[in-house]
Parts: sequence; C-alpha cells; structure tokens
Amino acid sequence: MQILDGNGHITQGKVLFKGEDITKYTPKQMEDFRGRHCAMIFQDPMTSLNPVYTVGNQIMEAITTHNKVSKEDARKKAQEMLELVGINDAPRRLKQYPHELSGGMRQRVMIAMALVSEPSILIADEPTTALDVTIQAQILELMMELQKKLGMAIIIVTHDLGVIAQMSDEIVVMYGGRICERGTAEDIFYNPCHEYTKGLLRSIPSVSNMKKKLVPIAGTPINLLNMPKGCAFCARCDNAMKICLTQVPEEVRIDKTHLASCWINIRDNKYLHTEEAEVKA
Amino acid sequence: MTRYIVKRVLLAIVSVFIICAITFFAMNAIPGGPFNSEKALSEATKQALEARYNLDKPVPVQFVLYLKNLMHGDFGVSLKTGRDIKDTLLSCFKVSGRLGLTAAVLAVITGIILGSLAALFRNRLIDRIIVFFTTLFTAMPSFVFATFLMLIFCITLKLLPVWDASSKSLILPVIALAAYPTAYVTRLTKTSMLDSLGQDYIRTARAKGVPMVKVIFKHALRNALIPVITYVGPMLAYILTGSLVVENIFTIGGLGQQFVKSINNRDYPMIMATTIFLAVVMVICNLLSDIAYKVVDPRITLD
Ligand code: SF4
Repeated sequence: MQILDGNGHITQGKVLFKGEDITKYTPKQMEDFRGRHCAMIFQDPMTSLNPVYTVGNQIMEAITTHNKVSKEDARKKAQEMLELVGINDAPRRLKQYPHELSGGMRQRVMIAMALVSEPSILIADEPTTALDVTIQAQILELMMELQKKLGMAIIIVTHDLGVIAQMSDEIVVMYGGRICERGTAEDIFYNPCHEYTKGLLRSIPSVSNMKKKLVPIAGTPINLLNMPKGCAFCARCDNAMKICLTQVPEEVRIDKTHLASCWINIRDNKYLHTEEAEVKA
Repeated sequence: MTRYIVKRVLLAIVSVFIICAITFFAMNAIPGGPFNSEKALSEATKQALEARYNLDKPVPVQFVLYLKNLMHGDFGVSLKTGRDIKDTLLSCFKVSGRLGLTAAVLAVITGIILGSLAALFRNRLIDRIIVFFTTLFTAMPSFVFATFLMLIFCITLKLLPVWDASSKSLILPVIALAAYPTAYVTRLTKTSMLDSLGQDYIRTARAKGVPMVKVIFKHALRNALIPVITYVGPMLAYILTGSLVVENIFTIGGLGQQFVKSINNRDYPMIMATTIFLAVVMVICNLLSDIAYKVVDPRITLD
C-alpha cells in the first residue's frame, strides 16, 4: 500500500490488481488506488482516528478525496455509511470526536470510512485484537455482512485462529515474512502440512482438554533483520532436518487447493508431482 | 466556556491582588526612598513631600489608600517626573507592544514553518542547517546577538539606521527579539511534528488516499501545535512586556526600560503600576493560550 516509512519497500515480486501490477504505480496513482479500490482498517481503533477532528469530518474527507461531491452530499453519504455499520443516532455521532466514542464504535467508524468508495478489497489488519470479545464478535459479523452486501474481498491479517476459522475461505499462513502454507480453511485446519501451522493448531486451548497444559511453540519469534539461510521456522521446529538449515523449502502442491513449503512433505513424498498436479487441476 | 472564562478572570483578579500586595510591601521594605537623592533636600521639604504622597503614614495604611485609588483607575503620578503614570505606561506599551507583537508573530510563523520542514526532511541537509541555527540562537544571549546585528547591518553594511524615527529602525530589534522564541518554537514544532507523524491516524489518513501534503498540514500539524501553544502563551506575555536588554541596546523607550528606571529611582507608584501591568498582561496571555488549547484540541475540557 506504500504507506510504510522509508524502511519498508518492496524488493521483488508483483502485486496484481485487476491485471495491473500496482508496485509499478506512481505515488500519485497509489494515492488514488488507496481508499478507492483498496481500503484498510487497523488494529487499534483508539489511535487510528485523528483525535482533533470530528468523526464526520474524517469520514467526509475519505469521501471527498475520491469523489467530486458537495459538502452537503458528503455529509449525507457519511451519515448513510454510519447507519450502514450499525451506528444509531448518526447525525449526532458525526459531530462527535473520536474520544467520545467507545472502542467498538470507533472500529465501526473506521469500517464506515474504509467503505465509502465501495472498494474491491478491504485489508483488515488485526481488526479485533484491541477489542473485547463480545465487541469482537459484533465487528466480525458486521464485516461479513457488509462483504455480502457490497461484494468485496476482505484480506484479514491476524494471529487469532478463531477469527480465521470464522471468517476465511482461503488462508495463507506466514512466518518470518514468508509463506508457509496456503489453502482453503478446510485444508489448513484439517490437514496442516507445515510444522508451523501444526504448532499453531496445537497451541489452541480446546474445550475438551481444558485441564491440560497449553502447548506453546518453543522459542521466540524470529528476528526479521537476521533471517537464517534455510527455513525461517527451523530454530523452533521440532522436526527440523539438516536440509532445513541450509535451504529454503520449496513450495509443493498437496492437492488442488493446498500448497505448503516444508521439507517434511518432500521427505514423506506427501505431495502431487507436477504432471499429477496438472491433471488434477 | 463562558463560565470558565468568568472563573478564570475572577481568579486572575485574586492573583493580581496578591502580586500587588507582595510588591508593595517588598518595595517598602527596601531601605531608602524616592527623596534620598543626590540633591540634599531640607528636612522640611522632604517631610512636606512625603506628606503630599502619603509616605509618612504606616505602610498598611498606604497600601489601603493605594488600592482605593486603583479602584478608580488612578495609578497616581510619577514621583520623579510628576507625569501621570497611566499616560507614561500606555505610551511605553505602545512601543514595546508593537515591537513585541511583531516579533512574536514572526517567531511563531517562522518557527512552525522551519520546524515542520526540519521534521519532514529529517536528517537531510535542510534539517541539519535548521538544527544548527536553532542551537545557535538558543545558546546565544540576546545582547551578543543584538550587538552583532547592529555591527553588521548598521556599521559595516550601513543598510539600516542605528536609530531614527522611521519604522525601518524597528527591523533589527524585532529580529533580535524574535531570535530566541523562533528557535524554541522551531525545536518544539519539530519534535512534536515527528511525534504526530508517527501516529496511527497518519497511517489511516494515508490509507484513505489523502495526498501527503494534506496529511501533513491537516492531520499532523494540528496535533503538533498543541505543545507549541503551551509555550506561546507565556512567551507572548514575556515578549510583549518588553525586553530590558534589547530595548537598552537599541535605545527604545519601552516598558522594559521604564521598569528598570522606576526601580532605580524608587518611584513607588511607577513600580507598582508596571508590576500590575505586567501581571495583567501575563494573566491575559495565559488565558488566551488556554482557550487556544481548547480550540485546537477537543479532548481538553475547560472546567
Ligand atoms: S522446513 Fe524443516 S524446519 Fe521448516 S517447518 Fe518444515 S520441517 Fe520444520
């Protein structure tokens, strides 16, 4: 999205949106892309809204940035958006400042603001982490409902497996900035094929074994500035092999929808060979 | 809001009264008096003079009498010149006020612009240059700077007059007065600008597709101004009431000069009047900055 400071930049690869590579966009094109085609909501609604402007002002800004409309129309639209995300008493709320709203309310405002131009993609970066559980559920429900209504794709970034299970059709598991495994929710939850995914799933406390100790993944998250030569996860992996230390695992196809990058699959020959994959696909 | 202002004004009156009392008694506790000058006055003349200005009465009584006159807006006459104090003060304030206000406005505007630039071009050449000068101007005493200015522009380059009646002669004093506050505002703005540029709401605004220029001037700057306002209130009061050093170097007959003169002369009513005047200006500036605070930051409740 090109909104990180100077220390974050794209080193390689493409990001395709409707066939166009957005990494090649000029800053001006990116400005137009952001908000209009692809909107974002963030982790902490407490700090993500500017404290010195009213909620209405900020939503209207999002509207007028991408559309040539009068202030009156923008206000009307902002009010509609607030109603859409389930905030009652919208005209009054528009005049309020962020600190006068609760956390859940602010996240709703963020969502309303993100959706003003009916973007095709909504990136939600840990949208519920800072909220308490009941509000979390409401926000997720709202997001799914709006997704159906507006027909957009949501990319949700989170480490909350519960949220993923509830929300996602397709999942990409990442560790240390690399893709470990991707597939449908079913693939990932019922047939995890990467040691990191397996570890994550093991660490969820479940109702049936409440009395057992939690199973953590040993070790600490990796330092992104000092990546190992081989698999990013090898320092914490129970089943690491020699090859894991020296070579980045290749991504192999487990089945039609499911891909994983773990040497174990190759060792156990648990993957589709190219021709097979082609046939199946 | 109105309630708050009324409350603040009442409180201000109390503090001005306290300042009044302290000054009055401290002033009288210092040995010597307005009529112990070089010229030896005869005992009789001195007594007559003291009686005329109520100086023969006990100090508390004098204080009450003084307050009574003050209620009627009467600051008395100068013991030295015999002129009405109100007139003297007002004409001095006109000079200092004009000078100070220009310097303050200059300081705030350039300070904010330079500070924002330094923050935006952090660690680049512009930033380095700005940091160099702000450090220089905060470290250099104003009498050194003022003398330098005079030397360069009036004596060496002969661009500006040392002193004449034209407003041209105000240029250097304004610069000399503005140097320190400009440097200070620049540093404050830079720090708080950097802070607010790192906030989440800046990322949100960027994600909305708002152009960078607008992000900076709408979202970052307004938040960055909050700490600056805290400084500007007292700075304004300080600068409006005249700087002793700068006024003396440029021989400007402003409030700062008047104040020192009155103390040297033991001109009691003059000392009182200047003190009260300074206190009132200070209180007003603080009130203004608190209100400005509320205007910029809606989270602040004034009560
Ligand atoms: S590639 Fe090796 S180290 Fe990495 S997760 Fe798989 S088994 Fe573990």
